[in-house]
Amino acid sequence: MTTVMIPPAGDTARQVPAPVTMAAALNQALADSLAADDRVVVFGEDVGALGGVFRITDGLAGKFGEHRVFDTPIAESGIVGTAIGMAMNGLVPVVEMQFDAFAYPAFEQVTSHLAKLRNRTRGRVALPVVIRVPFGGGIGGVEHHSDSSEAYYTHTPGLRVVTPGTPADAYLLLREAIRCPDPVIFLEPKRRYWSKETAVLTPDGPPIDRAVVRRTGRDVTLIAYGGMVATALEAAEAAAEEDWDVEVIDLRSLSPFDDQTLTESVSRTGRAVIVHEAAGFAGYGAEVAARLTEQCFHYLEAPILRVTGFDIPYPPPRLEQYHLPNTDRILDAIARLQWEDEGA
Amino acid sequence: MVTQRLLPSAAPLQLIDPDGRPGQNPGGLTFPEPDVLISLHRGMVLGRRFDTQATVLAKQGRLAVYPSSRGQDACQVGAALALRGQDWLFPTYRDSVAILTRGVDAAETLALLRGDWHCGYDPYERRVAPQCTPLATNTLHAVGLAHAATLQAKDQVALVLLGDGATSEGDAHEALNFAALWKAPVVFLVQNNGYAISVPLAKQSAAPTLAAKGIGYGIPPLLIDGNDAAAVYAAVAAGVERAATGGGPTLIEAITYRVEAHTNADDATRYRTDDEVRGWLDRDPIARLEAYLRAERLLDDEAASRLAAEAEQLAADVRDRMSTEASADPAELFEHVYARPTAALERQRATLLAELEELEESAP
Repeated sequence: MTTVMIPPAGDTARQVPAPVTMAAALNQALADSLAADDRVVVFGEDVGALGGVFRITDGLAGKFGEHRVFDTPIAESGIVGTAIGMAMNGLVPVVEMQFDAFAYPAFEQVTSHLAKLRNRTRGRVALPVVIRVPFGGGIGGVEHHSDSSEAYYTHTPGLRVVTPGTPADAYLLLREAIRCPDPVIFLEPKRRYWSKETAVLTPDGPPIDRAVVRRTGRDVTLIAYGGMVATALEAAEAAAEEDWDVEVIDLRSLSPFDDQTLTESVSRTGRAVIVHEAAGFAGYGAEVAARLTEQCFHYLEAPILRVTGFDIPYPPPRLEQYHLPNTDRILDAIARLQWEDEGA
Repeated sequence: MVTQRLLPSAAPLQLIDPDGRPGQNPGGLTFPEPDVLISLHRGMVLGRRFDTQATVLAKQGRLAVYPSSRGQDACQVGAALALRGQDWLFPTYRDSVAILTRGVDAAETLALLRGDWHCGYDPYERRVAPQCTPLATNTLHAVGLAHAATLQAKDQVALVLLGDGATSEGDAHEALNFAALWKAPVVFLVQNNGYAISVPLAKQSAAPTLAAKGIGYGIPPLLIDGNDAAAVYAAVAAGVERAATGGGPTLIEAITYRVEAHTNADDATRYRTDDEVRGWLDRDPIARLEAYLRAERLLDDEAASRLAAEAEQLAADVRDRMSTEASADPAELFEHVYARPTAALERQRATLLAELEELEESAP
């Protein structure tokens, strides 16, 4: 992991912006959450002495003790299932799934219990559990290490699904997720773990369920989340050279969906493109397109387009570059938004 | 030898035999005090009547479905009564009698099976988790809750109920492994009733016994006669005691039998014989304890008829309360999905309520 300056805990120290990676920001969010709330426990595979395979939990076991931060057997259903029991008994578990595709053994615990227990008990049992999942591709991982599994979770009522696009937001969103009374699937775009931002890490900011306009623009709304936020911002810069003024929205919260911020933007621009790494078919972008069509139809100048991964199992490392959405594909989609019809 | 110490007994431990005489294989189990035996008998008589009533209500269509625990009465009542107030019970769909015995209201117990809501009681009131319909998933919840008790220095034990079929699930394995590693204060009670719906244990596991599986996890197991309420109580109480004093988990396999079909919707004649069922009726848990109590002069006709009247009163109460129309509120569908309903859920609730209002207005 790249060594970076992490502002030490304490509000005064955080007033000075410093360069920070997303990995370091997540680490700081865990440390600050553990310090702020005795009920928080962090556990999962290799999260103790090793600090996690991505080092997100680096140093936490040493600092907070093995009763707060501990390794578990390699058993994802066991990790989530025991987290549910712990939450029933007053703790706030923050668990790590080592990789997106390795979280699947926990699927039953997530969908049948974690997501439903509040509902099943008429609100009597709350499960403030956070499941951190490094997700998505772009790091040259061999198979089962690069899945975009967000739609499995967003299709499950009762779960919150969030994903940060920037280091500062990684800090804020994780603090918010840990404070949230609902279960949260926290998707970490692993290709952005090492991207840096000069920022102040603060636990105050937009609420957990709000999207954020990362770049304002008049002509088209580019909607992205997680690892694709940076790609969308790059594409917006490139589009400016061709005189398209692109607005970029970072969804942050995939579920619930921030209809207000999105409809406000798309009603204004009249055009929208959604970008995600996951396969397009029945993917998250389909929901976004459907909602925006329902809510903004009379403002639309063109069909809402999606730029997504192909409908294929995630490719091997040497071929993933052909699969992942990039600036060119986003610009192509923008170009197809029926500009010639304008004013007709 | 560690392995030797972890070996369960070859034959099920028994404190009272099917004829009501002291059992021949008590092992290290502590024979319960007379007042406990009387409570076990009372619990089983009430539980049996409740179970019979619920079966009838299911056949009448007043319950959506009812999985009877008739025949497993000793496990249901023995397990529930062996818990202390601060302990937790993690039941399955077949454990309504255990929930009732724990003190949960009868109508609230039946809410799931009536179809009013997925769980009718407040789990925190009697420390009873919602009835678990997926198999063995509750074992992990029990281990997590128990470990949280350890981490917070609470004197609390979790008892989780599962069946023979559920031991095949991956979650059962993960739970036993986690529990042993964490020395979690948890007791696993496997009610081996011979069948997973229609599939006999012989097609479920090649293990010599299900109790023997404890060896592989480093969990001391107990193999007991699950139709002997005294043995079930003593085994679970021993497990609770071990857990509460830092000794970690216990795995108990109780050999019992599901006298009724899987549910009222099942036809058990397709996979088992009447002879087999009759053989188990001769090992009835209530008759056995009653014979013992009468021989010991702990129960007489007068007490028995008082108890029978109490059971009839319970059944009448259940009948009455299950015969009134449920007052399920459609607006509540949107209430408990998140801590606060999302804007989208608020809109959907408004849509449904408008739809219902329109229906009401157009009704003649």
